[in-house]
Order: sequence, then C-alpha cells, then structure tokens
Amino acid sequence: MTQTSARFPAMLANLNTLLSRYGESMMWLARYMERIENLARLLEVTEAFVRNPDGSPGWDSILEINSDEDRYALLYPLPATEENILAFYITESTNPTSIRAMAHMARENARSARPLISTEMWMQLNVFTQSMMELSTPDIRRNGLSGLCNRLKQDCQTHFGVTEGTLYRDQAWLFYLLGKYLERSDQITRLIDIRYHTLLPGGETFGSQMDLTQWGSVLRSAAAYHAFRRLQPVTTTPANVVGFLLKNEGFPRSLMLNLRQVDSILNALSTHYNLRHQCGPLQERIINLRATLEDQTAEEIISRGLHEYMTYIQDELAALQAEVSAAFWPATPMTPQETVSPA
Amino acid sequence: MNRPVLQSPSPAPTYPAAMSPAPASPASSAPLKAAAGMFAAYDTPDFFCELMHRTDGLPPSLQTVRDRLAGFDLAELRHRTSTAEAQLYRLGITFTVYSDREAIDRILPFDMIPRVLTASEWDHIDRGVQQRVKALNLFLRDIYHERHVLRDGIIPASLVLNNPNYCEAMVGVRVPGDVYVHINGTDLIRDRSGRFMVLEDNARTPSGVSYVIENRHMMLRLMPDLASGMPLRSVEEYGLKLHQTLCEVAPEGVTDPQVVLFSPGIYNSAYFEHVFLAREMGVPLVEGKDLIVENHRVYMRTVAGLRPVHSIYRRLNDEYLDPLAFNPDSMLGVPGLVEAYRRGNVTLANALGTGVADDKAVYAYMPRLIRYYLGEDPILDSVQTHICAEQEGLAYTLANMNKLVIKPVGESGGYGLLIGSQATQTELDEFRAKLLEDPSNYISQPIIDLSVSPTLCPSGVEARHVDLRPFALTGKNTWVLPGGLSRVALRKGSLVVNSSQGGGSKDTWVMAR
Repeated sequence: MTQTSARFPAMLANLNTLLSRYGESMMWLARYMERIENLARLLEVTEAFVRNPDGSPGWDSILEINSDEDRYALLYPLPATEENILAFYITESTNPTSIRAMAHMARENARSARPLISTEMWMQLNVFTQSMMELSTPDIRRNGLSGLCNRLKQDCQTHFGVTEGTLYRDQAWLFYLLGKYLERSDQITRLIDIRYHTLLPGGETFGSQMDLTQWGSVLRSAAAYHAFRRLQPVTTTPANVVGFLLKNEGFPRSLMLNLRQVDSILNALSTHYNLRHQCGPLQERIINLRATLEDQTAEEIISRGLHEYMTYIQDELAALQAEVSAAFWPATPMTPQETVSPA
Repeated sequence: MNRPVLQSPSPAPTYPAAMSPAPASPASSAPLKAAAGMFAAYDTPDFFCELMHRTDGLPPSLQTVRDRLAGFDLAELRHRTSTAEAQLYRLGITFTVYSDREAIDRILPFDMIPRVLTASEWDHIDRGVQQRVKALNLFLRDIYHERHVLRDGIIPASLVLNNPNYCEAMVGVRVPGDVYVHINGTDLIRDRSGRFMVLEDNARTPSGVSYVIENRHMMLRLMPDLASGMPLRSVEEYGLKLHQTLCEVAPEGVTDPQVVLFSPGIYNSAYFEHVFLAREMGVPLVEGKDLIVENHRVYMRTVAGLRPVHSIYRRLNDEYLDPLAFNPDSMLGVPGLVEAYRRGNVTLANALGTGVADDKAVYAYMPRLIRYYLGEDPILDSVQTHICAEQEGLAYTLANMNKLVIKPVGESGGYGLLIGSQATQTELDEFRAKLLEDPSNYISQPIIDLSVSPTLCPSGVEARHVDLRPFALTGKNTWVLPGGLSRVALRKGSLVVNSSQGGGSKDTWVMAR
C-alpha cells in the first residue's frame, strides 16, 4: 500500500476490485442518460427556434448532429418531416439513437451493474424506462413535444441527482463520471459544429433579427442562454457564442470544463486507486487536448476551421473511449504475473 | 436538551401560513371491528389451518395476530396489497417466466396475511433441518469416497451410481470441511393433523431466500400496525451468515478469501435474487466472462487487472459451469473451473454432484440414511414414496393413479407432475403411457391434504394451501434462517405452490416466544 491509503479508504485492497464489466456498464449508463438529456434539449429547441430558410422547423439539423442521415433514410423518406423525425428519435426502437432504445440500453447497463448501484437509482431508472417503453406517438401529440422533452430532461436530472446523492464514491462512481463528461464534451462539439454551419452557410452578414434568434437557440440547446447573457450583455457575435460554449470555465456544458473534469477523474483513478499504469496514456491525450483549446482564441479556431477542429476533438474523444476500454476492460486480460499489485 | 436551531439564510425567509408544513395528522387507527371481522366467512373444515386451528388450542401469539387481522377491513387490505405489488414492480423484484418464445417479467404475488410459526414449531423444524443437512453431507462424502452405504446395502448402488446427477469428476475429491451442501432448501408441508413432513430436499441451487427477506421488508413497511410489538425472529442476518459460510469453506491457507456470486447473467429468471444476495454479502456478482482460469487458479477481471477468487457461490447448474468438463456448448461457464476446483484452489458452493442427494428417488431412502449415518430417528417425517423404477412401486402406482401425486424425478419447479385426484381420465391415460415408457423416471406419493392459511382472494379472505422452504447454511456449523419461504397456491383448491405455476408468497413469522 502507498501512503495515500491512510487518506483514501478506497485504497483498501478489498475495495479495489471493481469488475471490468461493472466499470464499462457504469460508464455507458452515464453516457446514455447524458445523451438522452441532450437529445431532449435538441428536440425541444429545434421545434421552437430552429428554422429552415423558408421558416419551417429545421429538423434535418438533428440528423446531422447525430450523423444519423443514412440510418434515417433507410426508414423514412427525405426530406425529414416532423412526424417522422419524432418517431425516429423517440419511439423507434430499431433506431439505436432513439430515446426508447437509449433508455433501454441505460437500463440494461444499470441491470448489469445492479449489484453496485443504489436501490433508489435502480427504481428511478426502472420506472423511467418502463414509461419510455409505453410511450406512443399519440401520447406525444396529445401532450406536446415540449411537455415530453421537459419530462425527459427532468427524468434525466432526477437520475443524476439520485446518483449524486446515493452512489458510493469509489471507482464505479469515477467511471460513471468519466462517461458523463466524455459524453457532454462530445455533444457540445456536435452542437457547435452543425449549428455554426447551418447558420453561416457562406459567411453571411451577421446581426439581423433572425440571426439573433438563431444564435439564441444554439445557446438554449445547451442551457447556456442566460449564463451567456449575464457574461455578454451587449454583444452577441458568433465568436462570442462559440468561445463561450468551448472555453468558458464556469459553464457546466462547456468543452473546457468537461475536459478538465475528465482529466481530474483520470487523475483520481491513477492516484487513489493505484491505476497509474492504465491511466498514463489517457492522461497524456487529455492534457494535449486541453492544450489545443487553451492555446487558441475562439476567433483563431474559427478562422483556422471550426469544423475541422470539432472533428478533431470528436476523434480524440473516440480514441480516448477506445483507450479506456483497452486499459480497463481488455478483451484479453493480462496474465496474473503482469498485474501483481505492489504489496 | 438544547440544540442549535437549523440555519437559514438571513433574513430568514417567511412563508405564508398556508405553506408551512401542517402538523402530521394522528395516525388513522381504525377502531377494531368485531372480532370475526374479515374472517366472518372463513372456514376450513377439511384442512389444518396455520392461523386458526391448533389441536391444543390457539397459542397466545397466534391469537394476537388473529385478533389484529380481524380488525382490518377488506378494502384496506386490498389497497395495501396493490401498493405492495406496485412497489415490487418498481423495485424490479421480479422473476422471469418463459413460455414458448416469450419472456415476461412478473412479480411474485405477495399476500399480506402472514404465515405464523410458534417458537416450539420452529424449534422442531430447526432441529429437523439440521439433522437432514448433516445426513445429506455425510451421504455425499461417502458416495464420492468409500461408498460404505452402498456396500452395506442401505440404498441400491445403481440408484446412486447410475443417477444422472452422480458426478464422476467428484470421485476422490476432498472438499473443505467435508461440506457439499452449503446452502440447502428443505421443502416442508403439513398434513391434516398439522404434522410437518419433508416433501423434498433442494441441495443444488435452491432459490427463494431473497423473497423471505424482501417480504419481511414489505410487511414492515405496509403492515406496521400488524407487526408492531410482535416478538418476530429477524431474517436480516442471512447475507452476513452466507458470506461467513463461504469464507469458512475457502481453500485452506487463504486468510482473506475473495468471495463472488456466480450468476448466469441478467437473462436468468432468478437474476434479481442473485443481485440481492451479492449486495447483501457485499461481494461482486460475476458472470462467466468475468472469470478466467490461469494455472488452475481462478481470477476475476477487474479494472486493475486479474484478482484471485477463492470461494464461488454459484447459481448455475453443474452442467453449465465449465465447457471443458461438462457441456461443451455452454457459453455461460468458465473453461478450466472444474479442474481448478478439483485441485482445491477454489471452493464451489454448493459442491459439484450434490444433485444425487436431492433426487426424488433417493429421497425415499432419506429416513434410512439418517438412521445409518447419525444413529438417530428422523426428526422430520417424510412422505411415503413409491419408486416406479422398482416393480412393486410401479405396480402400486399404476393401480392407484387417481390417489397419488406422480412426479418425474429429474424435474423441479412443479413441472411435469400429475395430481391423480384432480386429473381427467384423458390426462390419466396420457400420463400412464408416459409412465410405462420410462418408469424409472417417476416416483409417486399419496396426495397430502396440505395445510392452509388465510389468504386475500378476489372474493374475500379464503383458505389456500401453503408449504414452507426453510434455508440452511453450512460452513463450520449449520444455521437455519428463522422461517423461510412460505409459498401459497393462489388458485382455489390447488396444491401446486410453485411460482412458475401461479403461486404467490407470504411473509413467514417465527415467534421468539
């Protein structure tokens, strides 16, 4: 045992036995719940604020954000209609990015990690998933999309709150957080990327009333509108908005803040749980990623190519997820001789 | 005593009067109705009633339960039942029923009226179960080593050695403490006179103990007014005792054994129970893919690499444990597990090959085995059993089909059995054909008039048949969880209590005095 053991009871040998499968399930439980919440935000904001040039709701943009165009085209005719988009994203269980499919996956992961998670977490997820399975298109129409999205957001937030309040703080919690912050990082880059380009297709002039509404909607999709207003009461420019969503240190969904969280979780796994060997390469990747963000202003990022940078971040996050898998739940585990822990 | 007041922001927010919390209304204790109350129409002339009838008068503890129950009205009881069932569903306390291609999550119906055992009844059961488990373990040790019992002609050698559950891989293998059956469930019934009898032993992977504990929790939450002040024996210790048992039988020389519960996974019908027990013990629930055998030692895959495993509470049948040793198609098992076990590097609970001891034909010899190994008379009676593999037994069975229960020896869960008195002529004829085709697959027993317990039914409180499965843990000693699972056949007149056949369950109260 190292000196840290006195300060961190989790270092006790019998607590350092998180099954790989549990780690994986906790990570994906968080990712799916975070993804459901983000999708609910997107659906709601799109209905209310996102407009095509002809003034109709810009449903296509959601397909782009999730890279779902091909999958959608297999099931429904293009261009996308509101009715089909809602079916595709809410009730279509064969679509893995639908709310229903993701809720199912969240519960399957929770069921797999059921021995670890609290009874309250399980009960809330169980009831949530049941209600998603029973949801029908007429229900959605009857109660309105925004009513449904609000309920979804609230159910997700209840999940996060119950988890925060009841899940024991050990490695399982850290893998859960790792999933949550990686998912948030990924989601914010997708939102910025797509919205930026649908809004400014050819470097159009900025500042019309329409533009302001649209930029407001970008901020609203990320629950950032009022925080941004407080910070930037006067000037709303594309660079301001992009800068806020990417680099702000205080906004819970900014890329900067989430990368910092990922870094600090890897650090905790490394030092408190004696997982230096596994965490080293991951930490290096995240440190480099943070540096690219810290070293550039929003204006520089935009002028060098926002889309390219967002793609780069998404690729790096995917690589990080793959490295986490390889380090903590490898297909072929190392032999016992290689993994003897220090006495 | 003075305490600092709870802090509020300054200035303290003020609430309009209407918003301040109302004082809790006094608990609505409905005045007790006339003693008969909901039992007014309850009558059980033909059976022994667990709550109402005792040959030597109703003991005071039962009288109290009965009086309190009489004060409930039916609507109230129904309301609490639906609350309980909704809670079970939300909690995911469910089992899975497989029929054809469907798998449906169901709750085990919960009946609010407890089944009560007096202190002396329990004492009798406790001693009887301990005796039986002791004999089972001695029998298993013997048939996998010296085989005295076969040479002495106590039980036919063919019945043991040709038994499909006899495990060749266990011959000559020593297990820690000579314990084979660490977890045992003994199914008990009561006849018309209230006499307890063993119906069968469950020495492989008996299930249902999670319901014992969850039913108690549900009872205390929803019927506090019934349970308050009653001297109930606690069921809380089970997880702790189970963990302790598994540590006691870890391989020799291991000081701080790593215990795991080995489950077939989330699609198993008893997955809820596996989760429950892993949580109660505070040990990981593993699936086959979480374990790996290297150099005949068992490890689990953790985020920090491989960690050694010493004691495995396995909830898979023998044939799925290890594709190298048994069923090569099993995707659930761990290659090399059985060899690691045979070498004594890991303990399996229960041991391999215990199925021969709870076989329904071997059951017929249990009274003789108890006398043989322990030199004592059986404390708990057995049901008279005719072995269809034997000429006499088959002839008797064929001649008396309508008076017997005929059971396939290899089945559990109430599948494939015939209750002669309730069968149609066609069913009897069909069963006769099956029986003649493979007589050695069947045993028969007289139909016992199972005891009944008052149960909330659609038309009121009625008598329904019950059984009892106490759970015994054996490490260095044997300990029996006070009470056990009381299963109730919810269909009127039905004698089959299995959950897969429309059974429900009750909380089982053992009175401390």
